[in-house]
Amino acid sequence: MASDEDSDEDFVTYGIPLEPLEEDEPIRKPVPVHEQTVKDEKGRFKRFHGAFTGGFSAGYFNTVGSKEGWAPSTFVSTRQQKAGRQNARPEDFMDEEDFSEHGIAPQEIITTDDFASERKDQLKDKARVVNSLAALIPGDPGLLEELIAPARSSIGVELLRKMGWKDGQGVGPRLKRKQRKQNTDVAKLYGCALPLNGSEESEEDDDEFAPENVTFAPKDVVPVDFTPKVDSHGLGYRGLNPLQALGGGSESAHINLFTVQSDRTSSLFGGRNSGQQRRGGIAGQAFGVGAMENEDADIYHKDSMSNYDTVLGGEEPGDGLYGWTAPHQYSRKKNDSKRDVVYSGRILDGFTLASEITEIKIVYPPPDLPRDFRPVHYFRPVVDSSTVSPIIAQALQTSRGHLSQEAPQQGRHSLDSSQRRDMLGETPLQGPSSVFELLGSKDRERLNEIRSAAKEQKKSVVNLSSAEDRAALVASAKAAALQALSSRFQSNTPQPDSLTSPAKTQASSETQMALNAWSGPTADASKTFKPFAKIPQKQARYDLYINKLKKGDKDALESSLDSSMTEWERGRESDEFVRAALLYKPSNSSLSSRFTRGKHEDDTDSVEVTRDQENDMDDKQAAVKMKMFGKLTRETFDWHPDKLLCKRFNIPDPYPGSSTVGMPKIKRDKYSVFNFLTVTDSSQVSREAQSASKPPSSSTTLPHLTPEVNKKSRWDIAGQVSEPKDPLSAFLSETRSEVSAAKQIEPGDKNQTDSSHASANPEVKVAQSDEKQTEPKTEEEEKEEDEEEVRPPMDLFKAIFASSSDEKSSSSEEDSEEEEEVAPSTSEPIQSSAETLNPPISAQLTPAPDISKVPDLKHLTVQSKPSAETTTAQNTQSSSQSAPDKSQGLDEEEFGPRLPPPGFIPSAHSPQLKKQKKKDKEKHKAKKHKKEKKKKNKKHKHKGKQKKRVEESNSSSEDTDSNSEDESRVVSTSELLQRLKNISNKR
Amino acid sequence: MAFPQPRPQAPQLPQHLLRTVECQQGAVRAVRFNADGNYVLTCGGDKSLKLWSVSRGTLLKTYTGHGYEVLDVDCSYDNSQLCSCSSDKTVILWDVGSGQVTRKLRGHAGKVNCVQFNEEATVMLSGSIDGTVRCWDTRSRQMKPIQILDEAQDGISSLKVSEHELLTGSVDGRVRRYDLRMGQLNVDFIGSPITCVCFSRDGQCTLSSSLDSTVRLLDKSSGEMLGEHTHSELFRRWPCLLLGSGGGLPDFKDACWESCCPITVLPPNGAPPFDCYGGVCSGVGGGARGCSCGRQLSSAC
Repeated sequence: MASDEDSDEDFVTYGIPLEPLEEDEPIRKPVPVHEQTVKDEKGRFKRFHGAFTGGFSAGYFNTVGSKEGWAPSTFVSTRQQKAGRQNARPEDFMDEEDFSEHGIAPQEIITTDDFASERKDQLKDKARVVNSLAALIPGDPGLLEELIAPARSSIGVELLRKMGWKDGQGVGPRLKRKQRKQNTDVAKLYGCALPLNGSEESEEDDDEFAPENVTFAPKDVVPVDFTPKVDSHGLGYRGLNPLQALGGGSESAHINLFTVQSDRTSSLFGGRNSGQQRRGGIAGQAFGVGAMENEDADIYHKDSMSNYDTVLGGEEPGDGLYGWTAPHQYSRKKNDSKRDVVYSGRILDGFTLASEITEIKIVYPPPDLPRDFRPVHYFRPVVDSSTVSPIIAQALQTSRGHLSQEAPQQGRHSLDSSQRRDMLGETPLQGPSSVFELLGSKDRERLNEIRSAAKEQKKSVVNLSSAEDRAALVASAKAAALQALSSRFQSNTPQPDSLTSPAKTQASSETQMALNAWSGPTADASKTFKPFAKIPQKQARYDLYINKLKKGDKDALESSLDSSMTEWERGRESDEFVRAALLYKPSNSSLSSRFTRGKHEDDTDSVEVTRDQENDMDDKQAAVKMKMFGKLTRETFDWHPDKLLCKRFNIPDPYPGSSTVGMPKIKRDKYSVFNFLTVTDSSQVSREAQSASKPPSSSTTLPHLTPEVNKKSRWDIAGQVSEPKDPLSAFLSETRSEVSAAKQIEPGDKNQTDSSHASANPEVKVAQSDEKQTEPKTEEEEKEEDEEEVRPPMDLFKAIFASSSDEKSSSSEEDSEEEEEVAPSTSEPIQSSAETLNPPISAQLTPAPDISKVPDLKHLTVQSKPSAETTTAQNTQSSSQSAPDKSQGLDEEEFGPRLPPPGFIPSAHSPQLKKQKKKDKEKHKAKKHKKEKKKKNKKHKHKGKQKKRVEESNSSSEDTDSNSEDESRVVSTSELLQRLKNISNKR
Repeated sequence: MAFPQPRPQAPQLPQHLLRTVECQQGAVRAVRFNADGNYVLTCGGDKSLKLWSVSRGTLLKTYTGHGYEVLDVDCSYDNSQLCSCSSDKTVILWDVGSGQVTRKLRGHAGKVNCVQFNEEATVMLSGSIDGTVRCWDTRSRQMKPIQILDEAQDGISSLKVSEHELLTGSVDGRVRRYDLRMGQLNVDFIGSPITCVCFSRDGQCTLSSSLDSTVRLLDKSSGEMLGEHTHSELFRRWPCLLLGSGGGLPDFKDACWESCCPITVLPPNGAPPFDCYGGVCSGVGGGARGCSCGRQLSSAC
């Protein structure tokens, strides 16, 4: 749209500036006030009222006629006309209008009030009556008015006054005190309608003052209004009384005198005789008579009372049922004598009388409560004996608690699960339902005995305790509980063959349970949970095992395991399978039908994290301070706009093939600390690992840091499988891996999980353009290496291990993994290392494994391994010192034996016994070196300039050392604490 | 599609105050010209949005429908639609003629600081204090945003859209430029919380003001700084600057600052400064000021 167009198109303007719109409107001048005048017929400005009837409107235009509003009187000398001086009368100042008919001094001859017709007076009276009735004090205002206007008193009143009557007195002969009292008494006796009202009390008071010879005028009686309510007005409302309005003026004189009573008295006394008149003449009652109209009875004569219905619903039926109108067919039944007795009214529409009288309910008194009744019920916990340990059951039993076995079998809650199942008709659960079934037959018999004995005890309280029985029961319960306890702990630990017999029986009982559970008809393999879905082979083995279980194969476990695995692995796996089979045994058919399996297995272990994260802010901040904007402050990421967004922006999609939107994301461990650190880039980490794995001897010269070294093919690794590592760091990494293993999934097959996970998930692969030489690594390795950099300070370790031996050992990564598997839970207190170890290991064990020798143990396991790995390791121990590179080891993962963890020192290089000092020194060196590398890597990543790395690192390494050390201290304190705890536990 | 040509205009500074309008809508939160600069929209603290004629200074229409203060408004290229955002977390698309709410878009988790149409008014982009920029489709009835840009780690304070780029300034001290054509995100670290961002007229530079009272002109492609100006009070609030913060900002004459692109800040005789860049959508028809304190809008040409 061009800019000139929109001046044509316009909106309605409203608001303050009105000027441009005024041109369109016709001029409408408001008439000013001084022009708003009225003129009379003669063309003069008309005044609406004179000065005396309402005052002037004042001013020039509506006043006495002059501009000033008044005409100043001209001076007239009175010297000559003193005699003829006249006083000014009000009329002199009056206007013409004041003398007109409606002025205050009308000049025309009109009848005065005194001589005005009575009717006019009646009108006023009527209004007054109405007013007086509405007034608070009835009659008061009217009375006052009468007193104030004496001119209005009638001739009768005048006559009465002449005769000595005074206002307020009654009419009649004067009375003595006693007489008067008698008189009133007589009046009372006769039941006259003139009761004595409030003035009588005062009468009693002046009894004392009354002398004998004084007579009193009779009391002026104010008749009380006994008017019955005959009209259909609302309560308290009184329309204009037609008698007063239209009727004759018979009582009018009296009314004039006593206004209050006028209405009432008339209705009291004159009501009856005027009744005839009322019948015919009442008309237009509700409308009253207009105040300004002359009463003309003819107006209302058209209307008569006969035109109105005075009664609801026609003639009174005469049956005495006022207002009740039932249909005739019901009212006809009224003749029934019986009903007459019961109900005398009319029956409402739609209702009938009941044919027979309902019997009155007999209300019995409530039962007497026993004395010790408490109105509160206390529910005892209902315990199923099969779910509760025998000891508790026993305790409950003795303490009068509810035990469902012993409870009478009526209530639903008192039934046990099997009974309820029978009632519902469900198929019985396979497998033992209680602990008792797991007991030996002999034990069971004994328990049954005891139980029956206990039952009898309960029934007959007399032979309550046979001491031996009870003792036996307690003993057996204890035994069972102990067994359960031990089984609970051992179920978490692997079951080596060399275990003691109870544990062995326990294991066998577990397998038995599994067998029982799975051999049932309800088990459906397709629907069952796949606990090892992440490792296909293992899952396959598990499936096989389950299938065999279902067939009822006794040695399902042994046959389904892979024979190529080591015995230890087999043992572990068998244990896993048994536990999994028990854990995921098929649920009841009724139950399982109600639940469906989730369609998507939610991967709760990982979260999506944006792949590219911004670098550390510190150097940027520094750059900003130096105003070096540009490369230092700029970061560029891939960003995928939504397809629709591109479309809307009329822009071709920059990534036509990709389906991602926004920043590319990758999955990371959910609770990993590294999600929130800025150094998470895996390639970076790998380089750190490289530097970390460097032997301390090569710290001064950095010959192998060139890209050529990094680009070694994976096949080179065979020669240098194991790498030198500081023994202490090796130990630390192991302990750390223990910790991480504890955190990981219980089956303990972390490495397999990870590898499969990695291969399945393409997102894990880090597509860093400048990192072609490093292959995608698995998360576990990443993590391990990350952990490598968060290392607690030296002194702490010194403090911890001050007393430990100087033994050094090496271990491979495989080893550390085994360690993970061996100790799946660090919190496990019992069977520290000896029991958890594999049979082959334990065979080689020194009799009392000390904590300080844990690394040693691991070393032994490496030695014991029959694979070729150890040999290669030994080979490389001699050869790999020159240029060990960790990253190649990582590549190895998929198709070769595993590599030792980072920072590894071969045992050949660092013999078992070394001086503590030297170790520390080495360690320090290595650490420092590593830090340098880390820094370098960061820079390298940031700038993508590989060549510069060496030079830079030398210059900048020293100052950053302390920082990173601080950081590591912060991070790892909690971890350290945990480790300390473990160690103390083991001791 | 024919775009309105920006009025041919020499890059000269507005020199005199043309008109002062009492908006009577509480604090004026934002003042925006329409595409051609003939109309002015003011966002009021009384939840209303008012359309004024610049030439006559008359009120043309009042748009009510927000539940809280209106914080920003933008006019589509064809003057047919308005989009506004408010503290009530909503973005509203208005029909200019009828004054009706065409679409009310909820989704932001906090108050929405800034809103812009893209060039064809097919997308509304709103930046919120919740740190996201949401791209709302005006063409479909979809009430969900097309895309949510949640890269910012703090609230978005300012937003500009060009033909294929989106420039956001965030309180986390970064200026992000989303290049749709390249599929790239450039993050420039400024350090201090960004209050306002802008493209230069030639589209080669970005301009950002931050809470450290500095306006920086950065090269768009490399991120290098081309120019910088610091003034103690002047650039404290760049949005205010763009609108011209009323009141007595001291020494504006000193603040005249020019660079390769015509960014100019000039306060003639103590009048508010104006933004004279950005061509199409910015309020450079004459420059406008809304005094957040003075409750009035002045426009000057």
